[in-house]
Amino acid sequence: MDLKQLYQDIILEHGKSPRNFGKCEKYTHQAKGYNPLCGDKVHVYLKLNNEKNVEDLTFVGSGCAISMASTSIMIESVKGKSVEVTKKIIFEFLKMIKNTEEINFKDLDDDQKTKIMSLSGVKQYPMRVKCATLAWHTLNSAIEEKKEKVNTEVID
Amino acid sequence: MDISTIKSQFPIFSKKINGKSLVYLDSSNSSQKPKSVLNALDYFYRNEFSNIGRSIHSLAVKATNKYEDTRLSVKNFINAKSKEEIIFTKNATESINLVATTFAQKNIQKGDEILITELEHHSNYVPWHYLRETKGAIIKFAPINDDGDIIIDKLKELITSKTKIIAVTHLSNVTGTIVPIKEIVEIARKKNIPVLVDGCQSAPHIKIDVQDLDCDFYAISCHKVYGPTGVGVLYAKKKWLEKLPPYMGGGGMISEVQKDKITYAPLPEKYEAGTMPTAEVVAFNESIKFMQSIGIENIIKHEKEITNYALEKLKKINSVNIVGNPKKKAGVISFTIKGIHPHDISTIVDEEGVAIRAGHHCCQILHSRLNLTATARVSIGIYNTKEDIDVLCKALENCRKVFELK
Repeated sequence: MDLKQLYQDIILEHGKSPRNFGKCEKYTHQAKGYNPLCGDKVHVYLKLNNEKNVEDLTFVGSGCAISMASTSIMIESVKGKSVEVTKKIIFEFLKMIKNTEEINFKDLDDDQKTKIMSLSGVKQYPMRVKCATLAWHTLNSAIEEKKEKVNTEVID
Repeated sequence: MDISTIKSQFPIFSKKINGKSLVYLDSSNSSQKPKSVLNALDYFYRNEFSNIGRSIHSLAVKATNKYEDTRLSVKNFINAKSKEEIIFTKNATESINLVATTFAQKNIQKGDEILITELEHHSNYVPWHYLRETKGAIIKFAPINDDGDIIIDKLKELITSKTKIIAVTHLSNVTGTIVPIKEIVEIARKKNIPVLVDGCQSAPHIKIDVQDLDCDFYAISCHKVYGPTGVGVLYAKKKWLEKLPPYMGGGGMISEVQKDKITYAPLPEKYEAGTMPTAEVVAFNESIKFMQSIGIENIIKHEKEITNYALEKLKKINSVNIVGNPKKKAGVISFTIKGIHPHDISTIVDEEGVAIRAGHHCCQILHSRLNLTATARVSIGIYNTKEDIDVLCKALENCRKVFELK
């Protein structure tokens, strides 16, 4: 295990200054996520337009560097994309974190790919996987309009 | 006292963690086990095992005697009046659930109050919460101050004619606060209210004398007292154990069973239904002997020295904030580092073989009260040395480096 693999500069930077923090105006969907083991919380606000594209996506929350960076990178990756593509990226991300196989992330540009791949080191740290996946499950829950709060102890 | 000799009795310290020597600072969570305890487990299964209390053959007699030897040792360890006041359970959680459930049957009605404190571990809150759900009981929380001490005057004010029981920890697993149990029991006595003490954290670290404390119930988890998992102790004054109904029903806890009537076994069997963790109870005797061989006064002295050293060194690290500053503190230190989440701290120090805990430590009420979502926690055991603290502090400096903090 190598700490540098986990705490890459991109992650530290996004963890320290997560983008799209706050509650966006006129959101159409929202969901809360919670990790009872460590107390990490995330609340995502999603604004879908008439064409079912992610017009805006923001979050409010607190947690470790991994969870904050993962949330920030997630939002940057899916903003402007259609719901269908967003769901595909969520699926691919969760697959990347849980399995060893390489994922292509065909819908992302090179910069976004680099950022999202920087989170793949988390899979070497099983106790931290939930930190990385919390926001992604929560976004999925917002899209699906699920009423229950995402709880990492129930989903993973 | 030579700590290296004591440490050498714990086989786990010869193992490498991430290629480094183990620095175990998570004893509040669970303690490591000395060789004598491990050997006792093995020896019992190889040489003396059979089910206790039921059969007449020689092995059963031997096993029963060994099991009862531990009960006697526990009685002496906490200075209970009699062996019948010592009930073996699964852990302190079960001990508290046993009291909450059986006590509530006749003593808790709708609107009755249970007084606990903001320091409590979830295991001394959730069992009482059940009574809120099932019986309509009201739970009140005695507040703490920012130092992590219970405000005794406020606790007094919260007692009403409806208060049916007070449940309080002896030692906080977050702030290390040693709670003045005697004072609380004296207050409760005047109003004739029983007191349950959660002794999970205190049992391995401070002297316990249940007669001197005069509490009604005292709960212990043996795995925190250098013993095996799967064993807990409930001390209860005999009058309660005689008066309260049984908790679990099954074999071993009955006297006579007929189609229309069942009578229960005398104490302590009345509360020990089914086959108990026999080998673990037997091995726990060695944990008590281990502690007694060092002497509780020596344990207190050593752990105090390491705790003070750790506090001093941690305070010197930039942006470390120690949680609470109680009047009397044991070897539990929770802290935060500005700019680094406790989970990140734990992952990074783990790389150096340092085991600490990060999170809310099953104390969400306390964390909310202190406006914290999570903390990092260092907890001291008899095997910890100043060198352990040095390794920890160096690892914490590395956290700051990884996060590029100035």
